[in-house]
Amino acid sequence: MQQVFSKPKSMKKDFRYTFCPGCDHGIAIRLIGEVIDELGVREEIISSTSVGCSVFLYDFLDIDAVEAPHGRALASATGVKRARPDKVVFTYSGDGDFASIGLAESMHTALRGEKITAFCINNTTYGMTGGQLGPTTLMGQKTTTSPTGRNQDYYGYPIKIAEHIALCDGTAFSARVSLDTVANINKAKQAIKKAFQVQLEGKGFGFVEILSSCPTNWHMTPEEAHERVRNEMMPVFPLGVFKEI
Amino acid sequence: MSDEKVLIKGNYAIAQAAVNAGCQCYFGYPITPQTEIGEYLSGKMQELDRAYVCAESELGAINMVMGAVSTGVKAMTSSSSCAVALMQEALSYAASDELPVVLVNVMRTGPGLGYIYPAQGDYNQAVYGGGNGDYKIIVLAPSTVQECVDLTYRAFYLAQKYRNPVILLADGLLGQMMEPASFGEYPYPEVDVSGWALTGAKGREARKIYSVAPDEKKQIQHIYDLHKKFEVITENETTYEEFNIDDAQIVLTAFGSMTRNIKAAMNVLRGKGIKAGCFRPVTLSPFPHKRISELAAAGKDFAVVEMNMGQMFKDVKYAVDGKSNVDLINRPCGEWLSVEEIVAGVEGVMQGGKTYAASI
Repeated sequence: MQQVFSKPKSMKKDFRYTFCPGCDHGIAIRLIGEVIDELGVREEIISSTSVGCSVFLYDFLDIDAVEAPHGRALASATGVKRARPDKVVFTYSGDGDFASIGLAESMHTALRGEKITAFCINNTTYGMTGGQLGPTTLMGQKTTTSPTGRNQDYYGYPIKIAEHIALCDGTAFSARVSLDTVANINKAKQAIKKAFQVQLEGKGFGFVEILSSCPTNWHMTPEEAHERVRNEMMPVFPLGVFKEI
Repeated sequence: MSDEKVLIKGNYAIAQAAVNAGCQCYFGYPITPQTEIGEYLSGKMQELDRAYVCAESELGAINMVMGAVSTGVKAMTSSSSCAVALMQEALSYAASDELPVVLVNVMRTGPGLGYIYPAQGDYNQAVYGGGNGDYKIIVLAPSTVQECVDLTYRAFYLAQKYRNPVILLADGLLGQMMEPASFGEYPYPEVDVSGWALTGAKGREARKIYSVAPDEKKQIQHIYDLHKKFEVITENETTYEEFNIDDAQIVLTAFGSMTRNIKAAMNVLRGKGIKAGCFRPVTLSPFPHKRISELAAAGKDFAVVEMNMGQMFKDVKYAVDGKSNVDLINRPCGEWLSVEEIVAGVEGVMQGGKTYAASI
């Protein structure tokens, strides 16, 4: 029988995703695995992990990884890269890890222009703890800690992560992508590859914000969740490349 | 490296010793009274083509150390008291992840921002830790600038030998003091880290260094394993100093730079016919409970002299366990207890048997 589809070689042989049905983490991690295969860097990779649903990355990718406390992945990755400049270093965080508790570490890593690649899953909520208001929760969005919806007086505004990272002089690449359609998944893969390439070429910090669905905490079907990504998230978080050198 | 003695400040001595020990990366954030360590290393590390990062915060700095040491290189950060408080989360992770982090704390006054007066108020923070869960740190307390060199060497060695975080617990007095010291060569063998360090999964299974265990049995076993490891550390690495202990009626007990003053006080007391001895733990963790217990069983009383409200005092009391008297001679911070104050304190407790707190 002809095999027409297989897991990337950079992924572990025998795993089943532990994410909720319809969650986009699985697609994002697979894309990273495909790009690692295409660049041929699996054996050179050291990843610093985050806390949240994104922590399980190392259960699925067959790569060296070190744990960092919540929000400190980018600091840990800085330490790894400075200790081993010849290695390929990347982080994979949620929006809470990257842009709330870890905003200082993330921003300063970009400002220093560390030759690191960082991915941030933006699903507008704290997924693992059951859907609380986070740094990217949309205006009006109801969560378990904003039961009447996000309003400015009470909760302030969401952060546009990719645009902020693009403003940092040390950033070589910053983009926002989505996983809601096949076309967008293909574009996301190109951005993920580019974010690794700027590291490999020594140009600076590579960053991709990945808009992602969270059907469980949004109380939606997977299809409805992707419609929400398109109709509610993209107007606030537009897709595109915000910086490329 | 020469055996020649040089006149050098404690902070610079720690920094140069780190360089000699093969520290490849320094990550730090300024705070008095330890800033000279980072200043000295900023130039040195660049000169030697090693890594130096002005971290965005102490949170950043200690996590950078964790990332760096996970790859098998030696790395450190240094800080002081209220800023070391910010690093406690990472120390808990580092202990659980068995990462050989080296942290220098040049103590200042707390609680809170406190001030830059020297103090010994971080004994509990270092020995018992401010992070979550059951973990232990190795804590070394230098009493001279020479020991700032020697114990910095030992810190790097023990951290890798046992894959455990090590704190070098100095204080502002020692950090700012100039004294003759010689550096010699780094006296320890290089530890083989190839069995666990992250270098990319080339020709081997991928490795992950982590503490999250969604499996109760594994988590329980992990905590037992960490504590068994510390039993080995306690057996092998507990060190202390004693002076005139054999015939001593009362044992003056101190750690760090206060050791200097209890030695002088002991001589004055001996001159007055009081049989005083000195005991000084070099390792605060593991603490020399066993030796103190033996001395107490031999009927020797203890006077613990420290610049805090009686933090090591409680460990000495625990070791003595009612077998003899234990008193405290202390001041919370600032000017070190003078030899005269210590002598008066010892005479006071020997007469009244009451805890003595020196006046300001």
